Amino acid sequence: MVTEKDVLQIAELADVGIGDAEPGTFTHQFNAILEYFDILDRVEGSGQVAHELINVLREDEVEPSLPQEDVLRNAPATEDGFIKAPRVM
Amino acid sequence: MSGTIPFDPDDRYNAFLTTCKNPSHGNGKLAGVAVAVKDNISTKNIETTCASKILKGYVPPYDAHVIELLRAEGAAIAGKTNMDEFGMGSTTENSAFGPTLNPCDPSRVPGGSSGGSAAAVAAGMVQMALGSDTGGSIRCPASFCGIVGLKPSYGRVSRYGLIAYSNSLEQIGPLGKSVTDVSTLMSAIAGYDRHDTTSRDKPYTHTPDADIKGLKIGIPQEYFGAGVDPAVAAVVRKAIGRLEELGAVTVPCSIPSMEYALAAYYVTTTCEASSNLARFDGVRYGPAPDTNKSWHDAYTEVRAAGFGAEVRRRIMLGTFALSSGYYGKYYAKAQIARENVRADFNRIFSGADVIAGPTMPTVAFRLKEKSDPLSMYLADILTVPANLAGIPAISVPCGTAHGLPVGLQIMGRMFEDERVVDVAYAYEQAVN
Repeated sequence: MVTEKDVLQIAELADVGIGDAEPGTFTHQFNAILEYFDILDRVEGSGQVAHELINVLREDEVEPSLPQEDVLRNAPATEDGFIKAPRVM
Repeated sequence: MSGTIPFDPDDRYNAFLTTCKNPSHGNGKLAGVAVAVKDNISTKNIETTCASKILKGYVPPYDAHVIELLRAEGAAIAGKTNMDEFGMGSTTENSAFGPTLNPCDPSRVPGGSSGGSAAAVAAGMVQMALGSDTGGSIRCPASFCGIVGLKPSYGRVSRYGLIAYSNSLEQIGPLGKSVTDVSTLMSAIAGYDRHDTTSRDKPYTHTPDADIKGLKIGIPQEYFGAGVDPAVAAVVRKAIGRLEELGAVTVPCSIPSMEYALAAYYVTTTCEASSNLARFDGVRYGPAPDTNKSWHDAYTEVRAAGFGAEVRRRIMLGTFALSSGYYGKYYAKAQIARENVRADFNRIFSGADVIAGPTMPTVAFRLKEKSDPLSMYLADILTVPANLAGIPAISVPCGTAHGLPVGLQIMGRMFEDERVVDVAYAYEQAVN
C-alpha cells in the first residue's frame, strides 16, 4: 500500500510535479496496480537462462558527428555555442 | 523514376500529427510508395513529438536508421502519425493532440499505441506505415483496424533514432493492408546497424510462401481462457481451422508464466520509462526551463506541464518500483518472470513451429471506455509475452465479432519472422 504522502514523495523524486487534485487519484490507482503486481510474489526460478551473448564493444575511434548548429537548433536557450541550463548550486 | 507523389489527405480520423505535402521519393523497391511513420521515429527536418507537448516543435537533426533505409529504397515519407504519448497506451487516446478514430467505426478507438499508423493504412491514406511495438503497439491497432502488423524479432530492426520508452522490449515494425506489403516493408527496414548495440545481422529477404503443409501450430489454452471474449475466441478458432484445412497440424500447449507475464511487463516498462524519460527536461529540446530557478524546480515545472497523466503515472510507478527496498520485490522478480516466459516459449517451440491465438482479447473499445489505467493494461495480456521473449509475432485480420475486426496472432521462434509471415500469408490467401 502507498499513501498520499508516498505519492507526493515519488512525484518529487521523479520531478513530474503533482496537482492539488492528483494525490488522491494517483494513490488509488497506484494501489490497484501494485496489488496486481503482487502476483510477482509467486514467481519462482533463478532467472538463469543461457543467453547467446555477443561482444558489441568497438574501437574508440573519433568519427564525424553532427554540426554544432544542428545540435543546438532545438535548444530553447543557448549562449556562445553552449546550452543554457538552470543553476545547479 | 524519382520525383514527388501527390499527398494531401482528408484526415478525418486524426491519424496524422504532421503531413508532408507532395513528398519526394527516389528509386528502389519502394519507389513512390507513401509510407506513414509513427511520431516516435526520428525524421530529419520533420517535427517529431511522440504525441507529447514536451516535444512540440522538436525537429530532429538526423534520420532514424529505418528512415535512411526507407529513403534509400525510394519511399515517400508521407507524414508522422498519432500515437499514445511516448507509446504509453493501447487506444491512442493518450495523445496530447487528440485521439485517433477507428476508420472501421469512428465511435471506437483504433488501438494503440501505433493507432495513427494503423488508421492511416486502414483508411487507405497510405499503403504502408511504420509503428513500434513495446507490448503490442503494432499488433493491437492492426487487430482493431483490420489490417496486418508485424512485431519483428528483437534485434532484427535497428532502434537507432527510435525515441526510447522501454529499450529492452520495443521494436520498430511494419503495418499494411496485406501480408505482402508488410513483408516488403520489413525487407526494407531489417538488417544490421552499428549504431544500435542490440542490432543483429539478420537481414530479411523473404518472399511470402503460402505452403504450410505439415506445419505444427501450438494452441495455448491461456489464449482462449478467462478474459477473452468468447465471440473473439470463436472467430480465431475458426481461422485456425482454416490453417488445418491447409495442411497444418495443431497441438495443444500451455504458457503457465502468462499468470504473471503482464505484471512483469508493466514493472519492466515503467522502470525503463522512468530512466529513459529523465532526459526530457526542456534543456536540449522542448519548452524552455526557467534558468533563474533551481534545476529541481525548473525541471519539475517543465515536466508537469509537458507530460500527460499516463506518462507521469508510469514514470512514478517506475521510480517507486526501482526505489530502495522495493527493487527485489518488483524489478528483480519481473526479470525472473521474463526468463520463465522465455523458457515456456522455448519448451513449446521444441514441439511446435509457431503458436496461434487471438491478438487482442476483445474487439476495439469505445472511445473513453478504458478510463481506469489497470483495465487498459489488462488488454495487453495476449501481446506482451512475445515482447518479453523477444520473439516475432504478426497480427492478420481473420473475420469480425460484433461487427468489428478480429486479429489472428501468430508467434514464432526467435528470428523466424519469415515463418510467421508465411502462416499469415497462407491464411490471407486462403480467405481472399
